[in-house]
Amino acid sequence: MKVPLTWLKDYVDLDDLGIEDLAKVMTMVGLEVEEIHLVGLPLPEGDRHEFKYTGLPWPADKFIVAQVDEVLPHPNADRLVLCRLNDGKEEITVLTGAPNLYDYKGKGPLDEPLKVAYAREGAELYDGHQPGYQLTMLKRMKIRGVESFSMICSEKELGLTEAHEGVILLDADAPTGMPLADYMGDAVFDVDTLPNMVRDASVLGMAREIAAATGKELHYPDDSLEMAGPALEGRVGLEIMDPELNPRFMLGMLEGVAIQPSPYWVRRRLSLAGMRPINAVVDATNYVMLEIGEPLHAFDYDILVERAGGKAPTIITRTAEDGEKLTTLDGAEHTLDSNMELVTDTAGVLSLAGVMGGEESEVNDQTCNVLLEGASWNFINIRKTVSKLKITSEAAYRFSRGIHPALAELGLRLCLKRMQEWGGGTIAQGLIDHYPNPPEDPLVEISVDWVDNNLGVAISPDEIAKILTRLEFECSVDGDTVTAKTPQHRLDIHDGLIGRADLLEEISRIYGYDKIPSRRLNQPLPPQRMSQEMAMEDTLRDLLVNLGLQELIAYRMTAPGREARRFPPDYAAPEVDYVEIQNPITVDRRVMRRSILATMLEILEYNSTLSERLAMFEIGPVFHPVAGQQLPDEKMMLSIGLTGLRSMPTWQKDKPEIVDFYDLKGVVEGMLAGLHIDNVTYAAGEDPSLHPGKTADVLVDGEKVGVMGELHPLVKANYELGDAPVYVAEFALAPLVGKAKILFDVEAIPTYPPVLEDLAVVVADDVTAAQVEEVIRRGGGEYLAKVQLFDIFKGKQVGEGRKSLAFSLTYIAPDRTLTDKEVSKLRQKVIFLLGKELGAELRS
Amino acid sequence: MSDKEAALANLQKIQAEGLAALEAVTEQEELEAWRVATLGRSSPVMGVFSSMGAMDQDLRPVMGKAANEVRTTLEAAFEAKRAALEEAALLKELETEKLDVTLPGRPVERGRLHPLTQVLRRIIRTFGDMGFQVYRSPEVETDDYNFTYLNMPPYHPARDMWDTFYTKDEGVLLRTHTSGGQIRVMRERAPEPIRVILPGTTMRYEQLSARSEIEFAQVEVLVVGEKVTFAELKGTLEDFAKRLFGEEARTRLRPSHFPFTEPSAEMDVECFVCGGKGCGVCKETGWLEILGCGMVHPVVLENGGYDPARYSGFAAGMGIDRSTLMRYRIDDIRHFRNNDIRFLRQF
Ligand SMILES: [Zn+2]
Repeated sequence: MKVPLTWLKDYVDLDDLGIEDLAKVMTMVGLEVEEIHLVGLPLPEGDRHEFKYTGLPWPADKFIVAQVDEVLPHPNADRLVLCRLNDGKEEITVLTGAPNLYDYKGKGPLDEPLKVAYAREGAELYDGHQPGYQLTMLKRMKIRGVESFSMICSEKELGLTEAHEGVILLDADAPTGMPLADYMGDAVFDVDTLPNMVRDASVLGMAREIAAATGKELHYPDDSLEMAGPALEGRVGLEIMDPELNPRFMLGMLEGVAIQPSPYWVRRRLSLAGMRPINAVVDATNYVMLEIGEPLHAFDYDILVERAGGKAPTIITRTAEDGEKLTTLDGAEHTLDSNMELVTDTAGVLSLAGVMGGEESEVNDQTCNVLLEGASWNFINIRKTVSKLKITSEAAYRFSRGIHPALAELGLRLCLKRMQEWGGGTIAQGLIDHYPNPPEDPLVEISVDWVDNNLGVAISPDEIAKILTRLEFECSVDGDTVTAKTPQHRLDIHDGLIGRADLLEEISRIYGYDKIPSRRLNQPLPPQRMSQEMAMEDTLRDLLVNLGLQELIAYRMTAPGREARRFPPDYAAPEVDYVEIQNPITVDRRVMRRSILATMLEILEYNSTLSERLAMFEIGPVFHPVAGQQLPDEKMMLSIGLTGLRSMPTWQKDKPEIVDFYDLKGVVEGMLAGLHIDNVTYAAGEDPSLHPGKTADVLVDGEKVGVMGELHPLVKANYELGDAPVYVAEFALAPLVGKAKILFDVEAIPTYPPVLEDLAVVVADDVTAAQVEEVIRRGGGEYLAKVQLFDIFKGKQVGEGRKSLAFSLTYIAPDRTLTDKEVSKLRQKVIFLLGKELGAELRS
Repeated sequence: MSDKEAALANLQKIQAEGLAALEAVTEQEELEAWRVATLGRSSPVMGVFSSMGAMDQDLRPVMGKAANEVRTTLEAAFEAKRAALEEAALLKELETEKLDVTLPGRPVERGRLHPLTQVLRRIIRTFGDMGFQVYRSPEVETDDYNFTYLNMPPYHPARDMWDTFYTKDEGVLLRTHTSGGQIRVMRERAPEPIRVILPGTTMRYEQLSARSEIEFAQVEVLVVGEKVTFAELKGTLEDFAKRLFGEEARTRLRPSHFPFTEPSAEMDVECFVCGGKGCGVCKETGWLEILGCGMVHPVVLENGGYDPARYSGFAAGMGIDRSTLMRYRIDDIRHFRNNDIRFLRQF
């Protein structure tokens, strides 16, 4: 909400507080000032400002309140006039093209001079003819033969509003010769009012906070009324059907009001607060809403009488009938339902209660008698209505957050008073007030100990009472206990224990957060627990980073079609359920992802032209709905993606090779070894996204924990992925975490020298290296410490359909040096087993 | 001149000539020739040794000693020369082996953690040092945990503070903050004291732009125990800010309003971009908002299974993306989840 400084000053004396200091007070009491717009006032002194300032200063020697005594025609131009102007010091002729002065042209000396905002030569102001706000300086020049060097200003030129249709005509009592900044300079504080601080969504509300924080006195606006008209009683009826939804409804009447512009100071305040001035009646309702936070509604009384067939109308508040219709004053037609609260008369709907008026009974140019509504509504009901009909208004903003019914009366009185002041007329005798459901204003007890145990600072009962009294709580002190009765302008204080928390907030922020001491926690530490799962995820991240991979964090939201790209085009993917988003931001992000592989492929695709080498991983959840379970399973997954060059290209001649299956396998092996997972095996596997011949299942203790391989060429064709093959792996984390070892045995470093020997065998093509290695290990027994494949050979020498595998074998005994004879015996056993089980021959 | 004198003079001459000749040697090949000529079998000094048999018995020891001295001197001179020539040769060789050290190194592609993980780890470590443990709660959450149990029953005005993604399942939404985990951890641990942090991804319904994201990382902090006070909230969070932003970091707490804490506050840290003078990043205020916090609301304690008459606590929540964005002056918040390799490689 935007609050002009001059308006705040109506309720609290702020003359001794600079703008910057005031903004600090506001911020530190919970009214966060986001920006300060200066209207004519200079930037506060000092070189460090904690707020963002905008706006235009009006130096006292350049911007003056002046009076136009006569408007003369321009000798050479119809659309220009010459003003005989007095700035308090001298008489000057000022040239202007303002259309709102044409009416005065050639009327001779004016009986009542026009008060204007006058800018002298050399003044810096905004150019009214340029879009946006561009500064320009007034210089001496000739326009159509007449010399001009100063200006009568429009709102835009002064930085007040966008308006540039005519010059500002100030109120008649503006003192000629006074510096303009002294007369109407202002600073507008843009305050971020949180949804649950509706009591502060008003100028008076903010003034109350400032008064409480500074110890100043709060002055309520004068709401005394002169009710000189005939009694209202009998001229309008009132019925409340549901006091739960409408705790209070009041009516007052102003007769013979003129639909005319409000005084200039009112229009300026409303503009500065961000509200467009309309006429005295509408302005008064808006003004009071901004002033105390109570929205009001004005009806044209004569229209109501007409609707009632010439008789006294009866206002009835009730819920709508299903299907009932209302066209609101923004021109929109709404179909209503039985939960929506209405203000009606015997002829039908008048307004959507607390939200927006209907078109028909609205105040208009012909209105003469105004029936004014001040009411209170159930905020939850208003919220439901607003969210269902998707309409918003300043009134709905406030009523949907809870306005105390007591404000209906103050609002009604103030509004009648202001309407009369600005539009004339007579206030009818008496107000009509139905108040079937007054709220209970809680009485809360709070002790010094309670405050100390929760804030960590001992505040005396007298000081607690003083703070709360400044916020208009009625307090009494009994020993160490303060009892506070909630003031009648807020509904956010509760009973009992919650009420105590509510009061703690009030006490602490007025006491000052900066005065509360800082202490370290001294409570006993809770039992220390460790999440094995999260610890292991972190270990895994480190391992994969050490293996040269880049970590990703990706969007959870995707679309089923995007995930389907990971399958070949003719693949019949099984139907699956997604967590579907009811209100997606785009169709591309309308479900929670099920596949971490699909995410990886999209990110590889995004980056495919950006780097010649990509090596990435992601650890994150996928979301699988489960029948009979409210929330989906959030399964933590790991994906790995590799493509492009094995290392980054360089100026050296040898171009790096592109990665293949075994680069990926090296990463997977390194990762599993790093987790100290033993008994890992790899077996040819199958996966719809992967190349049928280049896919491996990764098994631990014979149980599948993941899959890895080359992306299926048909799947690859679904993405823009460059020429190099793409290798991916996918693991579910839970089994990995289950198999990983925190504690493991460290093998002794051998004391005796190893015996090394090579062994090359020829086997059929379909015998795998893993099969051969397994037999070698079995044959070599406990002394065979290491088996490493170092060569694979195919060719004529070994025969068609066969291959040679060469291994390097390391034999070690822990307690002695092995003899040649012992090793030779083991070797014979290995060769025998290889021949018997795999048909292997020793390669000569 | 006696024979002895003549013979000694001859030895002196041999030595002087030999040293003079060595002086003139500049190449390793010449040095070898010098050695053969000066110290070889048929060299003058060796000639002296072989002529010794014909010498007077008295003269032999004197001449032998003198000849040995000459030979040793010449040999030492030879060694010195050889070393000098070898060093010169090495230096010459080194000169030809000059590298262009400005050529780039052979790249070793290093792996990296995502920038958000890096920041998150610092935060977790900092709180870990103060005895906080990590707790994880679901990203797809019930309306009850995300709102109702946090003192925001349906249609509570404070719900407006979060633009929410709802799922098509009644009462299920994408969590708008990590605060929902507060209730989960309390229900699991009550009545034990609690000191946890809850990191995780949260989601809010916003238009995607350079300044606003629909998914972002958050960390929630929760302490519950007996006589946990606002003073401890202040001390703990100030300590945290100093650890994260530096010993000199100035902070302030200013009142705010959250439905699940009361009193509530927002913590600002002095802008680390401009040092508090005011800049575009801090919107000319010199302060950056880094977290929201407050004393756990009695309703929330009660919903978590703690008697609010006996227990109290504090909670804090902070967004990671935005503060990381400010810290590194990143122009677009979407970079974090687009995973552009050119962006990620910079961390
Ligand atoms: Zn800054």
